[in-house]
Amino acid sequence: MNRIHERVAQAIAARKAGSRAFRVAIAFALTAALPYAAEAHRPFIVPSETVLARPGWVTFDGAVSNDLFYFNHQPLRLDNLQVLGPDGGLVEITNSNTGRFRSTFDVQLQKPGTYKVALVNNSLNAQYETAAGERRRWRGTVERLGDIPADAKNVQITQQQQRNETFVTAGKPNDVVLKPTGVGLELVPVTHPNDLVAGEPITFKFHLDGKPAQGVEVEVVPGGTRWRDKQNDSKYTTDQDGQITMTWTTPGLYWVEADVRDDKTSVKQAKSRRASYVAVFELLPP
Amino acid sequence: MRSPSFVRFASLALVVIGTSAGVASAAEMNISVELPKLQVAEYHRPYVAMWIEREDQSFVANLSVWYQQKRGGGAGGQGAGESGTKWLNELRTWWRKSGREQTFPIDGVTGPTKPAGIQQVKLTGDKAPLASLAAGKYWLVVEAAREAGGREVVRVPFEWPGKSAQSVTGKGTSELGTVALNVSP
Repeated sequence: MNRIHERVAQAIAARKAGSRAFRVAIAFALTAALPYAAEAHRPFIVPSETVLARPGWVTFDGAVSNDLFYFNHQPLRLDNLQVLGPDGGLVEITNSNTGRFRSTFDVQLQKPGTYKVALVNNSLNAQYETAAGERRRWRGTVERLGDIPADAKNVQITQQQQRNETFVTAGKPNDVVLKPTGVGLELVPVTHPNDLVAGEPITFKFHLDGKPAQGVEVEVVPGGTRWRDKQNDSKYTTDQDGQITMTWTTPGLYWVEADVRDDKTSVKQAKSRRASYVAVFELLPP
Repeated sequence: MRSPSFVRFASLALVVIGTSAGVASAAEMNISVELPKLQVAEYHRPYVAMWIEREDQSFVANLSVWYQQKRGGGAGGQGAGESGTKWLNELRTWWRKSGREQTFPIDGVTGPTKPAGIQQVKLTGDKAPLASLAAGKYWLVVEAAREAGGREVVRVPFEWPGKSAQSVTGKGTSELGTVALNVSP
């Protein structure tokens, strides 16, 4: 957090130099700070319910915090949010609002089947030193790479592919939205994500760029952390088929996270990549 | 034009159906389910599902599903007319085994909720679903879920059609009382 305070302090100092400079500086401070805040904390999208008997409305909360699933740090930015319906087509997101601690939005499930809610970010992060030797951080898209000064030294660019998902089903589940897109790290459910029952084995497969990803460490944390002393987190490592199998015992919401660091970037200026995946699942009683 | 081989196949199929079904056309199942009277401030009649499972608890057939058919909407009963299918997934076990595969209403299966007391269901071997039920060991499963209340499942084992009359019972502790099943071959 020190880095954020530093940037904000710089921004406030810049205020004296004129209000436009202030606005630019504060925007820079926030964009520079947010990805690191999101990395250190846990992003999540929580549906009001995951299994509906028939088509109807579901409301969602999106936030970033250490505690699952409480809104006490930052709202989730919904800019790159999409909802896919049972036929794979885009579904309208309504009543979006971003508050101090959380974002909310509603989705009308108009047809029976399974829906995927996915927040997908693909960005570049850079660290560099200015010609004067000052350390800087930058975040942006490939089109904005020119923002990094031409005389910058020790430029290190990392490509970030982030995927944050949850699933809901009205009526009979189907699997159209469960097919991976082939970009970044993705969870490919073997057990349907809206058919998770306490005490029954659950199998999930992880894909990296559309292929089974072996040796990925997956962290699972049950919700309700405020009401216990321990995280109760579990770690699993994917096998040669990219799969993990586990049994969850306590009904409730579960947070699943995995990330991969490698050098397989799709942007030539980036020498390293971080592909991360997060999802929230509901485990029902038997 | 049906080829001779198709005719042979069709007649063979008839023979197969003839041996697996109709084994128990005179047999009967009489089910009685006790919906307990509960002293609660807000009582709503429970949703109830009854179905048959194989010995391995795989689903075979629905017998009865009771849910709210129309929304009352006040003293005059001038509600939105919205049926209570919205809450059918609260019969959680049944929803996963069969409910989510269905469209509602289900002919001969679904009906309105019943008041507290003993409810009787009679099924005969000459009609669906028993007419096509192969001889063997099964479970009768009864699940009840109540608005602002709880949920309970009671399982009772039986043999169909069996060699002699069977009388088996199970007992719930909260949302269901005694579940009694009489099977006569």
